[in-house]
Amino acid sequence: MVGLHKSEFKNPVINWIDTRLPLFTMMAKEYGVFPTPKNFNYFWNFGALAMVNLVIMIVTGIFLAMNYDPNTGNAFESVERIMRDVNYGWLLRYVHANGASMFFIVVYIHIFRGLYYGSYKKPRELLWMIGVVILLLMMATGFMGYVLPWGQMSYWGATVITNLFSAIPVVGDSIVTLLWGGFSVDNPTLNRFFSLHYLLPFVIVGVVFLHIVALHITGSNNPLGIEPKDKQDTLPFHPYYTIKDSVGICVYLMVFAVLVFFAPGFFGDPANWTPANPLVTPAAIVPEWYFLPFYAILRAVPDKLGGVLMMFGAIAVLFVLPWLDTSPVRSAKFRPIYRLLFWLLVICCFVLGAVGAHHPNGIWVILGRIGTAYYFLHFLVLLPLLGKFEKPLPLPESISKAVMPVAAE
Amino acid sequence: MSATAQEHNAGHAPEHTKRDFLKLVAASGAAIGVGAIAWPLIDSLNPSSDVLALSSAEYDIASIPAGQGITVVWRGKPVFVRHRTPEEVKTAEGVKLADLMDPASDESRVKAGHSQWLVVVGICTHLGCIPLGNKTTDARGDFGGYFCPCHGSQYDVSGRVRHGPAPLNLPVPPYAFLSDTRIKIG
Repeated sequence: MVGLHKSEFKNPVINWIDTRLPLFTMMAKEYGVFPTPKNFNYFWNFGALAMVNLVIMIVTGIFLAMNYDPNTGNAFESVERIMRDVNYGWLLRYVHANGASMFFIVVYIHIFRGLYYGSYKKPRELLWMIGVVILLLMMATGFMGYVLPWGQMSYWGATVITNLFSAIPVVGDSIVTLLWGGFSVDNPTLNRFFSLHYLLPFVIVGVVFLHIVALHITGSNNPLGIEPKDKQDTLPFHPYYTIKDSVGICVYLMVFAVLVFFAPGFFGDPANWTPANPLVTPAAIVPEWYFLPFYAILRAVPDKLGGVLMMFGAIAVLFVLPWLDTSPVRSAKFRPIYRLLFWLLVICCFVLGAVGAHHPNGIWVILGRIGTAYYFLHFLVLLPLLGKFEKPLPLPESISKAVMPVAAE
Repeated sequence: MSATAQEHNAGHAPEHTKRDFLKLVAASGAAIGVGAIAWPLIDSLNPSSDVLALSSAEYDIASIPAGQGITVVWRGKPVFVRHRTPEEVKTAEGVKLADLMDPASDESRVKAGHSQWLVVVGICTHLGCIPLGNKTTDARGDFGGYFCPCHGSQYDVSGRVRHGPAPLNLPVPPYAFLSDTRIKIG
């Protein structure tokens, strides 16, 4: 027996609970007084926004699941019933569907923040890798969720992506049959996708918990990329960052509301309003926007297995990024060449996204190959070399000193 | 500057500061937000419009002979529609209210001009079994109405409980005669 925790709380009920299960002490420590760098900019809001988004997806998802039918004969109809007959069903559906897009917008900005400010560098390597795991889980969840309405794009997107696994030599076809539970995407596939789509978000919650624990051990990075040296450099999380996050959440909700209430079909593909037909392939099979860059990489390589390996490789390089970037300086604020490369990478991702949206003809093939080549060149060649040759700008002494006026000599 | 500070401190400390006001406004805003989010979620659990559309239904009763009843399904529940004989109507009307466990006159349980028709929800008010009594061959209990095989509750020919353990009469659903041979329940 270690000894009961001595709770500081005055309220007798809270004290009783806290002595036996120190949740309140933990909350006060981790989200109350937690010393947070005082120079965060609004790019540091996006982790909290991602958490809010996850909760929104889980809540709307649970209520949608009360009315959804995962049987191929009725899946599409059940979604139409939700849209038309269930009270506020239209709202649940549009919040959930647009929430997926919002989730990826928020997480991509969160990731690019990490890339720019070197948040993946020592000692935050594991924090970063856990984040990449969350990204993978999100992609799996989003892919399976899109299949559930059983529209044309649901069916054919599922067919294309599950067929990818046949590229694996020797066991590929057996794996695909295993995934399908049959000889094509059909009822068994839809049912298991529904089960896994319900499961994975809770796995994401668990991994997010690990992500936050890892963060609280190392402490947050900040725009200057230098560690806080003393109390002067930090602020308690509450009230400074609870309020700043609240502002961010309001802006985020406004953007979300504009999407849901004024342009709910903006990110949707019209083909998905047609029920799935295994005998008719749509004119263009295109995944949701957040998968387009990966789709472009997949199609850039003329070889089937090569394309699959490159597509997964695009995420694999993110995993090992802490060891690819050799620069001892964290923040791009002090790395002028890296800053240029960073923006080139951003442009490259947008170009790849556009490539993914088009048929692989003409200019799009060339752009896709250039984009794919640059993406891997950036991570595998440029970053390792840059650390050795780049001359960084001088770092400030500390976070506080960086904002103090220079004393007159 | 210090003069006004002294004026402030010379008097009482203000009861409500600007901070208190801001906290109140923020908390109220958050509460309204929570309510605005909670309501659609909770209301989505209420019956959807396709369920509500089935909440009333029409039934043809021409083929029911006197002395017999049929069971129709309304809102997922069994409803007995019984064509009573004139003797049964007279017996039902003649029962004294003081003799009843759950007093109600027969007239209040049927429609004027259609007193030969009894429409009641066929769920025993004890623990929910479906009583017997529609067919003339069924056990109808001592009062000629309905007999519940689960725990022995007995109802008369007006659907009123006459012998427990059921506490209440068989409920009469809202219904109307569209014609002599067609009723709409709900």
